[in-house]
Amino acid sequence: MTASGHALTTEHSPVAGLAHDTRGGISNPILGMLLFITSEVMFFAGLFGAYFTVRASTNPWPPGPEQVGEGMAEKFNLHADPYLAALLTVVLVTSSFTCQLAIWAIRKNDRRGLVRGIAVTLILGILFLIGQAYDYSQLGFGLTDGTFGTTFFTLTGFHGAHVLGGTIMLSVILYRAMAGQFSARHHDAVEATSIYWHFVDVVWIALFSTLYIL
Amino acid sequence: MATTALHPAVPAYRSGLYEWITTTDHKKIGILYVVNSLLFFFIAGLLALGVRAELAQPKVQFFAPDVYNQLFTMHGTVMIFLFIIPILAGFANYVVPLQIGAPDMALPRINALSFWMLPLGGILMFTGFATGGAAAEGWTGYSPLAQRAYSGTGTDLWDVGLVLIGTSSILGAVNFLTTIFKMRAPGLTMFRLPILVWTVLVTSVLVLMATPVFTSALIMLFIDRNYGGHFFDPATGGNAILWQNVFWFYSHPAVYVMVLPAMGMVSEILPVFSRKPLFGYKAFVFATAGIGALGFSVWAHHMFTTGAVFLPFFSLMTFLIAVPTGVKMFNWIATLFRGQLIFATPMLFALGFLTMFLIGGINGAFSAAVPVDFALHDTYWVVAHLHYVLFGGSVFGMFAGLYYWFPKMTGRLLNEALGKLHFVLMFIGFNLTFFPMHMLGLAGMPRRVADYSANAGWSDLNLLASIGGFTIAASMLPFLWNVMLSLRNGEIAGDDPWEANTLEWATTSPPPPYNFDHLPEIRSERPLFDLRHAGAAHSALPAKYAETHS
Ligand code: HEM
Ligand SMILES: [Cu+2]
Repeated sequence: MTASGHALTTEHSPVAGLAHDTRGGISNPILGMLLFITSEVMFFAGLFGAYFTVRASTNPWPPGPEQVGEGMAEKFNLHADPYLAALLTVVLVTSSFTCQLAIWAIRKNDRRGLVRGIAVTLILGILFLIGQAYDYSQLGFGLTDGTFGTTFFTLTGFHGAHVLGGTIMLSVILYRAMAGQFSARHHDAVEATSIYWHFVDVVWIALFSTLYIL
Repeated sequence: MATTALHPAVPAYRSGLYEWITTTDHKKIGILYVVNSLLFFFIAGLLALGVRAELAQPKVQFFAPDVYNQLFTMHGTVMIFLFIIPILAGFANYVVPLQIGAPDMALPRINALSFWMLPLGGILMFTGFATGGAAAEGWTGYSPLAQRAYSGTGTDLWDVGLVLIGTSSILGAVNFLTTIFKMRAPGLTMFRLPILVWTVLVTSVLVLMATPVFTSALIMLFIDRNYGGHFFDPATGGNAILWQNVFWFYSHPAVYVMVLPAMGMVSEILPVFSRKPLFGYKAFVFATAGIGALGFSVWAHHMFTTGAVFLPFFSLMTFLIAVPTGVKMFNWIATLFRGQLIFATPMLFALGFLTMFLIGGINGAFSAAVPVDFALHDTYWVVAHLHYVLFGGSVFGMFAGLYYWFPKMTGRLLNEALGKLHFVLMFIGFNLTFFPMHMLGLAGMPRRVADYSANAGWSDLNLLASIGGFTIAASMLPFLWNVMLSLRNGEIAGDDPWEANTLEWATTSPPPPYNFDHLPEIRSERPLFDLRHAGAAHSALPAKYAETHS
C-alpha cells in the first residue's frame, strides 16, 4: 500500500489541516490570543498583588502628611482629582465600542466599515496615550517617590505599554484592511486584535477603579 | 506491523544550517530544543563540578566565596530554566503533534520564536561573568541580596535573561494548548489522548498561569535595581517577603512544570516495556489535573520560617498534594505488576525515575511538616530533596524519553550496552552524591556556603558526595559516545522498534516534514496496539519483544 505522492507540504499531505478544518469552532489564532491574554491577566495579577500587598501594609493609604510631608501627600491624593483619568477612561471605553463596530462590519463583509472602525479606534488609542503622558507630566511625583510612586507608575506604565502594543497591532490591521486583505470569512487577525484591545480596556477600568476610586 | 506507505523524496534531516535556523517544523524545533538544552546541561554540570570540587574538603581551595556564589547560582538557574524546563518542552514539541496525528504545532512561527528566545536568554545570562560577576544570590534571587547594593550587572542580565526564557515558556504553552485542543486527529477524543499529551496539557496550564507572575516579579526587581523603585528592598520601604511570595507563587507550580512531562514520558514507556496498558488511565489523568490545581496553593511551604505565612494551611495543602502523586506511584507499580518486563535502556531509566522520585516525594513530605522544616530549612536536606525529585525524577525520566524517542528522531537506535553503562554509572553516581546530603542536612550543614569547619564531622560525607558528582560526570561520556556512534552506525530503527502504542510510531523514522501520509483509525488511547491486533482479537498473547526487535 504505497502512496504515490510525497507529502512534503501541507497542501500535499492528505491529512494535514484535516483535523482543525473539520473540527470547526474557534480558530487557532483566536484561541491562541485568548490563551495569551490569560497569561497577560496573570501578569497584571502579579502587579496588582504587589500593589495590594504594599497598600495593605501602609497606613494610611495614600501615605499622609506625617509620612511624606504636606506637599507630596497632596499629590498622592489621586481621589481628589480623578477627572483627567476619568476622561481617559471614557476615551478608552469608547474605543472598545468602535473596535467592536469594526468587527461587526467585517463579519458582514463591510470593508469600509472595518477601515472606519479601526481608524477611529486607533485615533482614540493614540489620544489615550497622549493624555496619559500629559497626566504623568502633571502629577508632580515620580517612580522613585516611595512605594506609592513605584506602584502607581509600574501599574499605569505597564498598562500604557500594552496600549502602545495595541495601537501598533491596530496600525497593522488598518494597513491590511485598507489593502483589502480581510473579508467576512478571513479576518482572524482582526478578531484577535480586537479581543486584545478589549482586554487592555478592561485592565484600565480595573486600574482606574483601584487607583482613583477605591 | 504498522508501516506507513511514506517514502519522502528528500531526506528529512540533511538540510543545511539555514534550514535549521529558519525552520518552523515542530520536529526540527523539538530537536533544536533538546540539543540546546543538553548544551546548557553540560555547562551547568561543569559549574556543579566546581561546587563539588570546592566542597570535597573543608576550607577554601578553588573558588573564593563570591565566585562560589556565582557557581551555585548559575548552576541552579541554568539547570532549571535552560535545561529541565526547555528540554521537556523540546520532547513535547517533537512528540505531541505526532501523538495527536497533527501535521505540526498550531502556531509554527510562534514555535520558532519560542525556541530562539532560549539561547538568547542563556547567552545574556552568561555574559554576566564578563561584567564583573554573574548573578550570585541563588536561583531564588531573594532581596535584599538581589538589590543593587549587593549585586552588579550580572543580576540585571540574569533578570532580563529570565524574562526572555519565561516569555518563551508562555508562548510555548499557548502553542501546546492550542495544538492539543484544535489539532487532534479524527477519533482522538480527550480521554484517548496519550498520557504524555495530558501531562503537557496540564503543564501548559501551569506555565500559562504561573510564569507571567514570575515575569511581573522580575520586572519589579528590575525597576528596583535600575529605576529607583521600592518593591522589595526593606531599606527603602519595600517588602522582601513580597518577592518570596511572588517568586514561589510561580516556582512551586514550576516544579510541576519540571516534572509532569517527565511523568508523562515515563507513563508512555512503562506500559510499552511491560507489554500492558497503563493501569488506571483516568485516575492518572485526574491525579495530574489535581496536582496542577493544588500546585497553586502550596507555595508558602518554601517560606515556613519567615513567620509571615499561615502555617497550618500551607502545611496541610502540601501534605495533600502528595496524595495525587501517590496515586501515580500506584498507577506505575500496578502497570509493572505481572507485566512482561523488558529491561531495555528506556525502561531502566524509567525505573530509575520511579525509585528515585519516590525517595524525593517522601523526603519532601518530611519537610512539609512545619516543625521538621524549621530544623531542615536551608540545610543540605532540602538540596537532597530537590535533587531526588529533579535529578532522580525529571532527569532520569528525560533520559528514558531520550533513549525511547531517539530512534524516532534519527531513524537509528542507541546502543544498548553503552546505554546500560550510562544508566548504571549515573544511578550510582547520583545516589553517592545526593544520599549523603540527607545526613549532612540532618547534621545541620547549611546550603549555599563555600566552606565548612573541619571539626563539624561533615568532611567524609562531603568527599563521598564529590566522588559521586564526578561519577555522574563520567556517566555522560558513554552517553555522548553512544550518540555519536549511533548517529552514524546505529541499528536502523524502522517505524516502530519498541512495538509501542501511540501514533508517533505509525509514521516513518524520522517522519516526513508533515508527519503522516495516512492515519490509522483511532478507537482507544492505544491506536497502534489496536492496529497490530486487528482481526486477532482472540489471540490474547502479546507479541514477544524478541520477535520484532534485534
Ligand atoms: C510529594 C510532593 C512534595 C512535597 C511534599 C514537597 C515539599 C517541599 C518543601 C516543604 C520544600 C521546602 C523545604 C525548605 O526550603 O525548607 C521543598 C523544596 C523544594 N522542592 Fe519539593 N516537595 C514535593 C515535590 C517536589 C517536586 C515534584 C519537585 C520538582 C520536581 C520539588 C522541587 C523542590 C525544590 C526545587 C525545592 C527547593 C527550592 C529551593 O529552596 O531552592 N518538590 N519541597
Ligand atoms: Cu514547593
